[in-house]
Amino acid sequence: MAASQIIFIFSAALIIASAVMVVSSRNLIHAALWLIAALFGVAILYAVLDAGFLAVVQVVVYIGAIAIMFIFAVMLTHRDMRDSGVQVNPGWPLAAVLSLLTFGGLFAILSKWNGLGNLPAPIPGTTNTLAQLGLALTSPDAYVLPFEVASVLLLAALIGSVYVAMNKK
Amino acid sequence: MNFLSDPIKVISTWLTSLLTGWGLSAGLTSVLLSLVGIVLMITAVMVLDIMLVWVERKVVARFQGRLGPNRVGPYGLFQPFPDIIKLIIKEDITPDGADKLVYNMAPIISLGSVIFLWAVVPIAARIYGADLNVALLYMVAAGSLGTLSIIMAGWASNNKYALLGAFRQVAAMISFEIPMVVALLIPTILTGSLSLQVITDKQSGGNWFFLLSPLGALLFLVSAIAELGRSPFDLNEGESEIVSGYHIEYTGMKFGLFYAGELLHAFTFGGFLSILFFGGWHGPAASTYPLLGVFYFVVKAMIGYWVIMWIKYTVPRIRIDHMLMFNWKFLTPLAFALLIVTAVTNSLLKGSSFYMPGMFLSNFLLGWITIEIMRFSSRKQRLAVKAPEPAVQH
Repeated sequence: MAASQIIFIFSAALIIASAVMVVSSRNLIHAALWLIAALFGVAILYAVLDAGFLAVVQVVVYIGAIAIMFIFAVMLTHRDMRDSGVQVNPGWPLAAVLSLLTFGGLFAILSKWNGLGNLPAPIPGTTNTLAQLGLALTSPDAYVLPFEVASVLLLAALIGSVYVAMNKK
Repeated sequence: MNFLSDPIKVISTWLTSLLTGWGLSAGLTSVLLSLVGIVLMITAVMVLDIMLVWVERKVVARFQGRLGPNRVGPYGLFQPFPDIIKLIIKEDITPDGADKLVYNMAPIISLGSVIFLWAVVPIAARIYGADLNVALLYMVAAGSLGTLSIIMAGWASNNKYALLGAFRQVAAMISFEIPMVVALLIPTILTGSLSLQVITDKQSGGNWFFLLSPLGALLFLVSAIAELGRSPFDLNEGESEIVSGYHIEYTGMKFGLFYAGELLHAFTFGGFLSILFFGGWHGPAASTYPLLGVFYFVVKAMIGYWVIMWIKYTVPRIRIDHMLMFNWKFLTPLAFALLIVTAVTNSLLKGSSFYMPGMFLSNFLLGWITIEIMRFSSRKQRLAVKAPEPAVQH
């Protein structure tokens, strides 16, 4: 077993365990911290796949910004952050059956695929993946339009929040 | 291969041949050597950190007209060791209602987020941890882990002063991260790379980026001070309002970890200032003798650290609304304007003989325009305050 496979198994176990804790934890702050652990596991997966830029951006964007924002939102909305009610709603057996079926279907399909145990092809050391990513995001025959549309969307959200918060006189 | 020209390589080849001679496999040997390197690096940084306690206390004493520690050892040099013994033998208190796991994890993550930074620092030619091609972003990511540790400490202490201090500090760190990231983009524009190795190498021969972008260096310094939570931006602690902020409940070595993290963080930012804008380890004969480069790097980082201390112990704390206004209405727009000016001037003048003076002049002009705009707007504000009230009708 290659080193990357061992790391994959460990980080996948970390992601799944913390994802379960996110939904089952009764304390909302603990749920947020488990969410950070899950997102950190995803960053490890990116790093194993030689996508250093994505790994670092995952940490900056999700752990740095969204997790902090999430903690702020939790703290500013609830007086007591412990949830004492029932954690499932009456429809849970149906949801369990549906998710088991989805898992079973995906498992059946993927176990027939013969590329499952393959390692990713190594990236030659001379390729500058970061420069390629930057060029792809800004070149007209690649992804410049989706990139710009996403930035316009973010700008709209920014202006919207300023408008909502603005003190009208 | 000479020991003086490449010490790390010589030691690692020697250790590799020794370990493989003992019958270890090549893969295991390289893993072991990496572990040894990591432990050595962290040890060196932490030993330096112990001495920083002395440096900080001595320098603040000078700024305040005192003598500072002068009893233990020559010039009080061994003062950090009694400090450490005191911290270790203090009672370890966990407050009632504290969230134990989170409470104990916070100081570890706080110090860890600073030590993470040293993985990418080019200490000298051929002496560095890892040459990441996203090193600058990695720096920002490590900083966001630091933010996380502060909110964890503030929340888990079950103390409202700690929580308020954490809120203030996180608000400052999140907002000052923006001008800092933009200031980090300026060396990136000048070199075309995010790797600290490339950024240092492009500044060889006295071609410091400070000369190309003095305003960028200033912006980085200001936002670094805010990121560190040092005066004038040390809103996380206010003795009269929230006591000592997010680490109020921590005693003994747990407080020591926060304190060590803060000192090392300041020194590390001094190092980053030197790497990004003052040539890093470059100096006379530094590329042939890397150990000389280590010396130059530590000296430059110490000067940066000294400037940060100088500001900390000279300037009083400012109010939180002033601080956030300073960031959002002054630093952030200035940083974006500087980014645009640098990008345009860089692509226009690249390769011409007028490159360096042109870059310097563009920075100077931008700074001048900024000062004029500030003067205009502050005059307007003063006039608005002083405006005579309309006559009251009787």
